[in-house]
Amino acid sequence: MYKKFVFSRSRVITWQVLILLLILMSWQLFSRSNHVAFFIGEPLIVFSRLVHWLVIDQDVYRHLGITLLETGLAFSMGTITGTMCGLFLGLSPTFSAIFDPYLKALNSMPRVILAPIFAVWFGLGIWSKVALAITLVFFVVFFNVYQGVKEVSPSILANAKMLGATQRQLVRTVYLPSATSWVFSSLHTSIGLAFVGAVVGEYLGSAAGVGYLILQAEGSFDINTVIAGIILLTICALLLDAIVGFIENKLMVWRPQSSSENKL
Amino acid sequence: MNHFALSLLDVRCSFATPGGQDEYTAIKNVSFDLEVGEFVSIVGPTGCGKSTILNVAAGLLYPSSGSVQVLGENLRSINRHAGYMFQGNTLMPWRSAKENIMLGLEYHDIAKEERASIANEWLRKVGLQGFGDRYPHQLSGGMQKRIALAQTLALDPKIILMDEPFSALDVQTRQLMENELLQLCKTSSSQAGKSVLFITHDLDEAIAMSDRVIVMSAGPASHPIGDFKIDLPKPRDVAEIKSNPKFHEYYSHIWDVLRSEVMKSYSLQMRPVDHV
Repeated sequence: MYKKFVFSRSRVITWQVLILLLILMSWQLFSRSNHVAFFIGEPLIVFSRLVHWLVIDQDVYRHLGITLLETGLAFSMGTITGTMCGLFLGLSPTFSAIFDPYLKALNSMPRVILAPIFAVWFGLGIWSKVALAITLVFFVVFFNVYQGVKEVSPSILANAKMLGATQRQLVRTVYLPSATSWVFSSLHTSIGLAFVGAVVGEYLGSAAGVGYLILQAEGSFDINTVIAGIILLTICALLLDAIVGFIENKLMVWRPQSSSENKL
Repeated sequence: MNHFALSLLDVRCSFATPGGQDEYTAIKNVSFDLEVGEFVSIVGPTGCGKSTILNVAAGLLYPSSGSVQVLGENLRSINRHAGYMFQGNTLMPWRSAKENIMLGLEYHDIAKEERASIANEWLRKVGLQGFGDRYPHQLSGGMQKRIALAQTLALDPKIILMDEPFSALDVQTRQLMENELLQLCKTSSSQAGKSVLFITHDLDEAIAMSDRVIVMSAGPASHPIGDFKIDLPKPRDVAEIKSNPKFHEYYSHIWDVLRSEVMKSYSLQMRPVDHV
């Protein structure tokens, strides 16, 4: 038998920090050669770039704000339309049978490639990015809600019917709440995708946003700025995910916590 | 004019078998009446279509032929006079215990304050005052069943349909719940008392609680093969009544009928093929 090593929390963090330091140090070491630094950048310059952006010049906030605005708009609009369509098609077998091939086609299409079309339709402002991000978010939420409606516990449904629920009350008290738990499981994926959609949209053509900054830097082979932009995006993505997690915990108090709750 | 609470008249239920063109007949020639205020249990071997009968009585399932009458009227959709307590877990995990009890009242558009007061009353009746804010996952299996019972009875239905409601509980909790159920049915607001159709595989439980026990034959096409009036003193305590000598008489008498059916259904299940 193996002896299991169970790391305490502080030890895990220690290791995580050590690994980060190791990566940064070897990065710094490799970038001492100018030839290599051209491709991978230099950590100190990346860091000073970030400091300039965030503290000294404070000029990144405008771009960040636009990217986050696009993300937020796409996320909320995609989630709402996805939930509504998922509920509607989940509750109506006829319509879901009719639309099935179209949804499958739309879902399997590489939707990022729609960006140029959206740029033509909505211009180079934020709306073409929002549109692109919505197409990414919509399907994740839609399929989750659709599935959630299909898998509503039949006994809860029968019970509600016996208690006298009308079709409308069934939607409100059974389908919607049980779909909500499915929506939330998809929100972590979809907030990430909304962000991806916004940034990719900017990258493909825009006048502002973090994606635009990265594109500009890339045009002048400024790899340090590109990496600084990537780090900034990663931090934002992590924050957004944490916000979703926080809201989820607030709204889903009824869900059994794996260990902390003790049954009576 | 005196009506039966519930009567089934020559009911047959057939289902298409998955895959084939064949039909599987779950129940056939099922006729019985449930008098107002009567407690009737249906016992039978597994797969004898007990739940099918209950679903027909609830209006959740339309019989392939035959008819169902509720208080003298033909049943065409969901049985509005009946409360149904299912075998499985039917509480909504996203609603607290109290909100679950209020569910039916909410469907019937009863005012918020009244809903709350009825729910509190029922929490007290099932001995769970102080647990109203808990979510189902924070309650034990027995407590969940009590909430489900309160949810069903809060609407004060004339007829109660129960599908092995206590089968998942341990013996002690179960006896407690059985006594509680008898108590609650007796002291309901309607003068005549509740009419209960109770399904169980446990003959002990059936005899201890019922006025009448109906025995079903083994499936497919199962039908009632015995109807026994249980003439034991009331009110009863399900644990005490079992020491009554008449209880044992009833038991051996009914078991004689039931045993051969149980053997039939058992041998049917052991057969490797054509049991799908």
